[in-house]
Amino acid sequence: MNCRGVIRELCEYLDGDLDRATLTDIEVHLARCEDCRLVVDTTRKTIDIFCKAEPIALPEDVRHRLHDALFHRLGRRPTA
Amino acid sequence: MASSNPKPLLPSTIVRDDEGALVQAAKSGDLAAFEELVNRYERRIFRLTMHITQNREDAEDATQDAFLKSFKNLDNFEGSSRFYTWLVRIAVNEALMRLRRRRPNVVSLDEPVETEEDLIPHQIRDWGPNPEQRFASTEMNSILSSAISELEPAYRTVFLLRDTEQLSTEETAKMLGISEAAVKSRLLRARLKLRQKLGRVLERSATA
Repeated sequence: MNCRGVIRELCEYLDGDLDRATLTDIEVHLARCEDCRLVVDTTRKTIDIFCKAEPIALPEDVRHRLHDALFHRLGRRPTA
Repeated sequence: MASSNPKPLLPSTIVRDDEGALVQAAKSGDLAAFEELVNRYERRIFRLTMHITQNREDAEDATQDAFLKSFKNLDNFEGSSRFYTWLVRIAVNEALMRLRRRRPNVVSLDEPVETEEDLIPHQIRDWGPNPEQRFASTEMNSILSSAISELEPAYRTVFLLRDTEQLSTEETAKMLGISEAAVKSRLLRARLKLRQKLGRVLERSATA
């Protein structure tokens, strides 16, 4: 396994979707290639950061318009 | 027993215990139950449609129509999938329709032409531990939104569905009408491009 091979399998590696033989090949490569270790680490962090980011509160004007429109169309005034 | 601690936002793969009951109540016309579902998911759906459309007016309309259509079509929701996944499918369709309408000559969900050379990572430096904690959450949200907005729509949509909404490759492929191989290819490119974009900011903060 070379660096290109690691990149090709990067998603499957991060998602735990590899067969044992390929996983071993990648880990042997990672043990001796600092660049690939950093790419794996920073890609994992990229995904984590996006997943952990909490959606900001809906702007009040947007929320009001949404609830007004929804419940007007559905036939009742909102309670929220 | 109810906890006084604020509940963390749950990923879409986790269903709160009462979701099924709320959906059942909404199905029988209980608007208060439906309103609870709206309150629960409006922020996530608005963020998703905002990321896809990159336009606030379109995101508002897509969010509104997604909830409206979900209510009107609740009878067709069989309960074999998660309600949120079903809602996401409707919201993604609404968002993509508006994106294509606004920029018909620019937006394509076809695979952008790229070579394997484009996959070779640049900027290979350490970010340090917990790099996101060096930023206020609003600042980090702004950095993430900016990075997502720079991605091609074909990559952006796959990344949002697979990683932030945590749908499976199969679900994502079905939702977008593309092959599972295309989902995998686009996800790899999206993740690498976002890594590079975030790296520009996070590497600086690591060495500052």
